[in-house]
Amino acid sequence: MPVTKWNYQVTEASEIPEAIAKAFYIAQSGRPGPVLLDIAKDAQFQELDFEYKKCTKIRSYIPEHPVDPFKVKEAAELIDAAKKPLLLFGQGVIIANAEEELKEFIEKTGIPAAWTLLGLSALPSDHPLNVGMLGMHGNYGPNIKTNESDLIIAVGMRFDDRVTGKVSSYATNAKIIHLEVDPAEINKIIKADVGVLGSAKKSLPMLTMNVKANKHQAWLQEFRDCDKIEMEKVIQKDTFPTKGGLSMGEAVRITSEKVKNNAVLVTDVGQQQMIASRYFKFTQSKSNVTSGGLGTMGFGVPAALGAQLGAKDRTVCCFVGDGGFQMTLQELGTIVQNRLPVKIILLNNNFLGMVRQWQQLFFDRRYSFTELHNPDFIMIANGFGMPAHKVTKREDLEAGIQKMLDHNGPYLLEVVVEKEDNVFPMVPAGASVSDIILEA
Amino acid sequence: MKQEFIITIYSENNIGLLNRITIIFTRRKINIESLTVSASAIPGISKFTVVINETEERIKKVVGQLEKVVDVLKAFYHSNEEMVFQELALYKVPTEALYDSDQIEQLVRKSGARILEITRDFTVIEKTGHKEETQKMFEDLSQFGVLQFIRSGRIAITRDPIERLSEFLKERDALLEAMD
Ligand SMILES: Cc1ncc(C[n+]2csc(CCOP(=O)(O)OP(=O)(O)O)c2C)c(N)n1
Repeated sequence: MPVTKWNYQVTEASEIPEAIAKAFYIAQSGRPGPVLLDIAKDAQFQELDFEYKKCTKIRSYIPEHPVDPFKVKEAAELIDAAKKPLLLFGQGVIIANAEEELKEFIEKTGIPAAWTLLGLSALPSDHPLNVGMLGMHGNYGPNIKTNESDLIIAVGMRFDDRVTGKVSSYATNAKIIHLEVDPAEINKIIKADVGVLGSAKKSLPMLTMNVKANKHQAWLQEFRDCDKIEMEKVIQKDTFPTKGGLSMGEAVRITSEKVKNNAVLVTDVGQQQMIASRYFKFTQSKSNVTSGGLGTMGFGVPAALGAQLGAKDRTVCCFVGDGGFQMTLQELGTIVQNRLPVKIILLNNNFLGMVRQWQQLFFDRRYSFTELHNPDFIMIANGFGMPAHKVTKREDLEAGIQKMLDHNGPYLLEVVVEKEDNVFPMVPAGASVSDIILEA
Repeated sequence: MKQEFIITIYSENNIGLLNRITIIFTRRKINIESLTVSASAIPGISKFTVVINETEERIKKVVGQLEKVVDVLKAFYHSNEEMVFQELALYKVPTEALYDSDQIEQLVRKSGARILEITRDFTVIEKTGHKEETQKMFEDLSQFGVLQFIRSGRIAITRDPIERLSEFLKERDALLEAMD
């Protein structure tokens, strides 16, 4: 019950049609979420005269409040006056199908835009105003610049702790505009100077109409300068390493290139999730599936299966760690059974990598229960009837990825990566976004 | 600064809702000082009255979370000063004590309490008031040996001249209509 949006226990068969109708309405509207219907055995065995009426409203539930035009005006004034505005967008944009509206707004105002982990793909990766990912392992620019910005425009995001770092030293120089569909999120973590309640699909175009066309070239350049620093210190080494074992970054980069940045990315939880979110590139929206705030290892493989069912004609690339993979690998059976051509890229560092990274950086490398005794993953996949291949050397990586993508059907590619690589940049837990570090 | 607040929640009358509501408090480690649930004046709508000790800032967020529950119509919060509120207390004392002296009788008269039932063995006294008052009564009666003492949750009514729930329902109806 605590993780569902709504739940109901049905004890009489006569309640079933209405409960089902309500369940679908609630699950899909507003801020969508799982619902739980508990249909008692008695009710399952009763008979009823079936009649189904779609649910279109519920008295106690307003999925989407109408946008207040006065709030939009207030917001527009702040935007027109801002010198260093920064837009942060999250999954709210994707849920509302407001990707075009977002693009129109930033293109008219020239405002740099950064995505949250769940906002990934709402804007093409190479859009000139896309300045990358926020958060603990996000990009250098948007994190550092958050505290230099004089106006934060948050759209469909909730100031998660991975995004804000230490809240008291977050966005210290900025006024805040918050466009959000869920009233409980406005002023929850970060006090909004202007809160605009309602769907981004409606509020963004209203805002675009009310603001003046503008450019923020010098300000945008500051982000690009940060990108250069990050490229030198982190990205180059991550994605084009020349020595040592294989890196997660190069596996992600090559995969993304080979699918022409146009696949659906599904990630589990941990280092591989952060690296994939950093280096996988997107050309169309609704191309990223990850667990986000309820970060549960084991999410990746079953989610990839679901993503493939939902997007039958797209390539689904699932990156998973050796730890998380073992939490739900029984779903390989479901994948094979349903002939879903999911591509699973297992980035095997032989550790619970993300936890090991913390133990190294913050607990003097006192590794505790993070090294794994792994099974033979190739045999496991084969045991389920799924073809699989293991890559251990740099010179075999590209061909391995190509073979996986060329295969018609589900496939597991195990990439044995460097055991003790870390994910950078990093905003250490409890630190300010300004204190983001680029190396240990 | 923490202070006592009264949260009033209006909801559809659905099973399981109480759990959803209390979970919002327990998740945040907020202690519920008192909780009363009953039918409201409007048919089909339940009313929860919750007393908690918290800062206003946190209360606001809790109210936001409460309203997010699908079956909750509306939640309000008030300081004690903004409401007229009462609790009900019952005290069971040995009837013998009433015969021994007229002190109990005096106490009952003075404090506006009343006697609900007298049997050969025990007498039940009822008093309404604020917690301090019902507590004082308990302490005063203690010398005679209180066999049982029970206090209800708080019920409260706003000092506001407008009935906020009916206002809210009117607005809500308009909003629902506009959704068509
Ligand atoms: C079910 C569950 N247990 C524990 C955690 C905490 N946790 C987060 S990342 C991580 C390590 C993940 O290791 P692995 O799957 O090997 O991925 P890597 O970080 O090495 O890429 C753990 C234990 C979690 N998120 N979910």
